[in-house]
Amino acid sequence: MTETGASSHRVAGTDKDVLVKVENLQKYFPVQTTSLFRRNHDQVHAVDGVTLEVRRGETLGLVGETGCGKSTLARCIARLCDVSAGRVIFDGRDITSLTPRQMRPLRREMQIIFQDPYGSLNPRRRVGSIIGDPFALHGIADGAERKRKVQEVMELVGLKPEHFNRFPAEFSGGQRQRIGVARALALRPKLIICDEPVSALDVSIQAQIINLLVDLQREFNLTYIFIAHDLSVVRHVSDRVAVMYLGKVAELAPAEDLYQVPRHPYSNALLSAVPVPDPKKSSDRHQIILIGDVPSPIDPPAGCRFHPRCPKAQERCATEEPALASVLGDSAEHVTACHFPVEKGEDLSNTSRVSVPPSGSQTT
Amino acid sequence: MALLEVSDLHVSFPTPDGVVRAVRGLSFAVETGKTLGIVGESGSGKSVSTQTIMGLTRGARVSGQALFEGIDLLAMSPKELRSVRGAKVGMIFQDPLSSLHPYYRVGWQIIEMIRNNHHEISKAKARERAVELLRLVGIPQPDRRVDDFPHQFSGGMRQRAMIAMAMSLNPKLLIADEPTTALDVTVQAQVLQVMRRLQEEFGTAIILITHDLGVVAEVADDVVVMYAGSTMEKADRYETFGAPHHPYTEGLLQSLPAYGGERERLRPIPGQPPSLINLPGGCPFHPRCPYVMDRCRAEMPPLFEVGGNPAHTSACWLSRDQVERAALRTKVVGQPLAAPAVP
Amino acid sequence: MSLSPGDIVAIEKVGVSAGVPPPEGAAATVIEGRSPWRLAYERLRRDRASMISLGVIVLIILVAIFAPVVAAITGHGVYEQFRTTGLSPDGLPVSPSSHFLLGTDDQGRDILVRVAYGARISLIVGVVATLLEVVIGTVLGLAAGYFGKVVDTVIARVIDIVLSIPFLLFAISLVSISHPSLTIVIVVIGIFGWAAVARVVRGQVLSLREKEYIEAARALGAGPWRIMFIDILPNIVAPIIVYASLLIPVTIVIEASLSYLGVGVPPPTADWGTMISGAQQVYQQAWWYLLFPSAALLITTVAFNIFGDGLRDALDPRAEQIYK
Repeated sequence: MTETGASSHRVAGTDKDVLVKVENLQKYFPVQTTSLFRRNHDQVHAVDGVTLEVRRGETLGLVGETGCGKSTLARCIARLCDVSAGRVIFDGRDITSLTPRQMRPLRREMQIIFQDPYGSLNPRRRVGSIIGDPFALHGIADGAERKRKVQEVMELVGLKPEHFNRFPAEFSGGQRQRIGVARALALRPKLIICDEPVSALDVSIQAQIINLLVDLQREFNLTYIFIAHDLSVVRHVSDRVAVMYLGKVAELAPAEDLYQVPRHPYSNALLSAVPVPDPKKSSDRHQIILIGDVPSPIDPPAGCRFHPRCPKAQERCATEEPALASVLGDSAEHVTACHFPVEKGEDLSNTSRVSVPPSGSQTT
Repeated sequence: MALLEVSDLHVSFPTPDGVVRAVRGLSFAVETGKTLGIVGESGSGKSVSTQTIMGLTRGARVSGQALFEGIDLLAMSPKELRSVRGAKVGMIFQDPLSSLHPYYRVGWQIIEMIRNNHHEISKAKARERAVELLRLVGIPQPDRRVDDFPHQFSGGMRQRAMIAMAMSLNPKLLIADEPTTALDVTVQAQVLQVMRRLQEEFGTAIILITHDLGVVAEVADDVVVMYAGSTMEKADRYETFGAPHHPYTEGLLQSLPAYGGERERLRPIPGQPPSLINLPGGCPFHPRCPYVMDRCRAEMPPLFEVGGNPAHTSACWLSRDQVERAALRTKVVGQPLAAPAVP
Repeated sequence: MSLSPGDIVAIEKVGVSAGVPPPEGAAATVIEGRSPWRLAYERLRRDRASMISLGVIVLIILVAIFAPVVAAITGHGVYEQFRTTGLSPDGLPVSPSSHFLLGTDDQGRDILVRVAYGARISLIVGVVATLLEVVIGTVLGLAAGYFGKVVDTVIARVIDIVLSIPFLLFAISLVSISHPSLTIVIVVIGIFGWAAVARVVRGQVLSLREKEYIEAARALGAGPWRIMFIDILPNIVAPIIVYASLLIPVTIVIEASLSYLGVGVPPPTADWGTMISGAQQVYQQAWWYLLFPSAALLITTVAFNIFGDGLRDALDPRAEQIYK
């Protein structure tokens, strides 16, 4: 991991250390019109005003549940989709309104590792040609040299170079994900967006891929944006973590801080919902079980978006949107968007708006 | 007598490339009011086994016995099995949309399910019961939502509606096959809570099939760990997570991020799971096992008692003495298991 | 886990019957260096009906190629009229005999030789017109599906229009204005046939466009043309091939119909449709004149249809029930 040594020089957070800067980013999707004659102005507010930065050499974790906008945010940063409003600055350059053609040379610098090791590899193409794509598309190497480079990358990610001519279907899930990693790594990009890279893999294989990603980051000084819904994985790989809810960042903090003293009630609920693979711990912890479902992103709640489900919500939460700021004496690195942040040791599971499971009822 | 007692279940599928041996000699028992967790990775045979018991695998060669209330399910005719499914054994799957019909209202589907099995119940009564069930699984405003179509429900609500449907006939056993895999963690917590509450209320036995060790640790009383179609280890959850004997169980726990300590390098199990067509000889785990011995390559170990505890069995040739096993672990892995031993 | 085209192999390994989730272990199966095409070929080879129909097709192709040899062996030219030996005293065709194996037609020509030459026309039209349809249909379908928006709207409307024009009426009037010829027949069939192909291709592209590997290609910096032809096309070649193989017999029948109606390939060229049409006058006296060209047409279309079905099963194993 990029540990103390690397992090000390970037505490200052000067612009030189920042690889990606996102300013008030918004992404709306029009809702499909059902009728030919009636215009429908509904929009899904997938990302609704996100500001954050990704520093060189760090791993920024993005967590949140389905529909929170974490994948859309990543796709906006990679400019795989248009941005509705706000700015994306990559390596000092404003890429917000570049056309797909203008983006193409920049693609060398940012790559994506996808979630689905089955869907992200073209089944009709040989592995060598899939991994060779980046070289071919950017005119970097040809013929025998390309083959040599591809095999080099294959070896780097733990694939057998002699499998060059195989098809994706001939590999297991974990190996396929290595192919995806090899393709992303081929041109040694500055930024790699990992979109749920291990979610589809078995536990024992997950660990292999995570170790691989961590090793590669150290070796090539890569910057990762790591999207996952598995909080323990995010905690393991990330330097800083942003918790997203309904298109907004609820809390952004160094990974350890977030897991030790989560300030936002949603972060608390999210963390407490993760099942712990230790029956002794799981039976005596206080689990916060949220009521209801995530509201529709077409018409998100006013004020704080979490207030309808929040155990601490008060009137103010319904009207006034909280800004991201450091609270309760946290460092400037730890920011929370909440009017009533959670104190350390505060037990939310006793609050009236949440239901408490019969704790320990399963122990006997 | 256990509610469901499966013994020596074998399932294989003939294919043009050879015989896929999906389940090999699986035995387990579920007691009323208890939850049995079956954990394993893809290809371990955990889903195939329960599907086979319920007569849902086609084209499979099956042998063994599955006694449900003393009657062998594997010997039943398809018609008899149909009367067991739903009425006595409820099933829920990973994808609720595969069981909820998209063109019919959720409530109607529950009502049909009830009235198909109890013709004497009036429509109004059945509807009342459907509303009651939806309330039980935590659907808000159940009297209104009962008339919704499945697509009007969110993912978590659909899964809960499916549980309501599975519970509509008050089954004695609920088979939950990866019930929360497709759900977000906060929704997963809701669904697991519902399952727990129903179990307390009705004393339903539950078979929970999952790859998520955390989920098993939270809700299962007993745990069966499967690998490549065989049982590796069986124990209660405290033993499974606190003092695992089988190197595969140990490897699974070691490879979890939370287990490996905060920022330490993870300890994955090396290699890939074997092909079920071309299984390695002896113990199927031996090519990936750090403790492998000559004997493991030649001979498949039977389930041995561990530490003199008849409830804890492990299919491994390593010493069955817990202290010796722990010493060996420290020697090979370089550290004791992250969690302390049994309480 | 959701299933993608890449899983074809894995599923095939284990065998899934509809409705039941695949037995686990599919992913664990490791297969040695075989391409999807090779797997399809192996599946095809196991299918006896396909192999027999393929044999019949090869035979028909050989007959077409070696039609002049047939003529040379029998010593009967394709246009040669045998007024004395080939017609009975009252001017009717003569029945099959050792001299005319399949009898003669109303002009005293050898039916065997003419059926053999007729295979040439049927196959040329069948293959060339189908090729034309497939090329136009694929390009337009790809463009419509990939670019979407205005391009899609325009192409989709054109497809609708083409599909709603009554083909036979239009073809008859078109051919009757200009002089009927082989080229015109092919072009007419091509103009009307591409729309169905385009519709199939468009549908395929629409679903493929959402695949992660297409997004991956975009993320790598691939342009639209490269994505369409390198990433998408290979994945729709299989359905296109299947569609084309089923289109060939349709095209052959259409050509025969046009010729039968007298607006197809002009006489005296040997053509099955024309022959069937000619046999109408005399079939009560000369059943062989009607039977042999009809049988040739039937055998050809049936062979292509069976082979096309087999091809579909081989290329898309999910469509077939592995355990029957």
